[in-house]
Amino acid sequence: MEIPYTVQPRPDTGIYNAKVGIWLFLASEVMLFGGLFSAYVLLRVGTPDGMWPHGWLDVRFGTLNTVILALSAITTLLAWVACKVGEFGKFKFFHACTLALAVSFLCVKMYEYHDKWIHYEIKLTDGRIADGHMISSDADSVIIEGRYVTDEKDLYDLRAQKNIPRDEIKIPRSAIASMENYGPWHNTFLALYFTLTGLHALHILGGSVVIGYLWGPGSRMWKTDRARFTNRIEVSGLFWHFVDLVWIFLFPVLYLT
Amino acid sequence: MSDPYPVDHSAEHPVDFKTYIRICAIVFIAALCAISLMVFASYLHYTWPVKVTLILTIACFNAFMVAGFLMHLLSEKKLIYTLLSFTVFFFAGLLGLTLYAMSDFPSGTQLH
Repeated sequence: MEIPYTVQPRPDTGIYNAKVGIWLFLASEVMLFGGLFSAYVLLRVGTPDGMWPHGWLDVRFGTLNTVILALSAITTLLAWVACKVGEFGKFKFFHACTLALAVSFLCVKMYEYHDKWIHYEIKLTDGRIADGHMISSDADSVIIEGRYVTDEKDLYDLRAQKNIPRDEIKIPRSAIASMENYGPWHNTFLALYFTLTGLHALHILGGSVVIGYLWGPGSRMWKTDRARFTNRIEVSGLFWHFVDLVWIFLFPVLYLT
Repeated sequence: MSDPYPVDHSAEHPVDFKTYIRICAIVFIAALCAISLMVFASYLHYTWPVKVTLILTIACFNAFMVAGFLMHLLSEKKLIYTLLSFTVFFFAGLLGLTLYAMSDFPSGTQLH
């Protein structure tokens, strides 16, 4: 049985079916991310002054990932154009670039997650707080590279503080009242950060799998049905552009404001 | 020798590789400018609402470049526009209800 309208436009819609399908899917994705963005707005606006973190994320890494995704959006489009004009070699090259950029994005994201994972806020029994990155820990003591603060509010707005000291601090276990890393459980900002970027990273991963398939085994269709294969590239490209669009808003919301 | 598997060029978007290279270069440079402007704006000493408005306006411009040129939304079929209109309506409703809920306190309760 032949599936209708995989290549030719459907008379009533004017486009082939997969394209209608991907746009419907993207519409549902807008609502998914929209729900999370509205949760962000609700929680952000409801936070008392001075209690929302600023400068907790490294703008350099966020910028790098934004440029990586922008470039991957370009290579995705060029891969589709290469198919349209019948240049399979160029398609292979541009799609390989997209894959490499997607992997680069995920590597940067993993580094950022790891940085938060080893970042600890340690409340001491004398009321001070030690904040910094874990170097080592054993049964007797914890060694971090960081600083002491007396008020938790000093940890919130890092952009307003210049030359934050980073010393190696050894803390005996007996002096620790509680310690917690900067995981999603640490506060509302980090919960939103990990949820939003984690969901986005899953989309990157899913998109990479599809792009990888179309670049590798899926590209055999080029020999049997070029027009349909080209449409597949267009549909996967539309998804990839959507993922880029989401990041275009995630970057300023989480890193810059 | 003729191509045994010709690509259907009758589809919605006429394609010329050089034209697309030029479009992509313009979009990418515009995206780089937008990203730089957003980062620059984040270091300006404006009040938070002004800064957020400025940065999100630049982000919207960047999004328009991606959606308009890379996703071909500037020259799409009516069905896609209809579908997106519904999406915008529901998305606005979602955000609107959230903002409405922020000031929707049960009577008799006190706001701290």
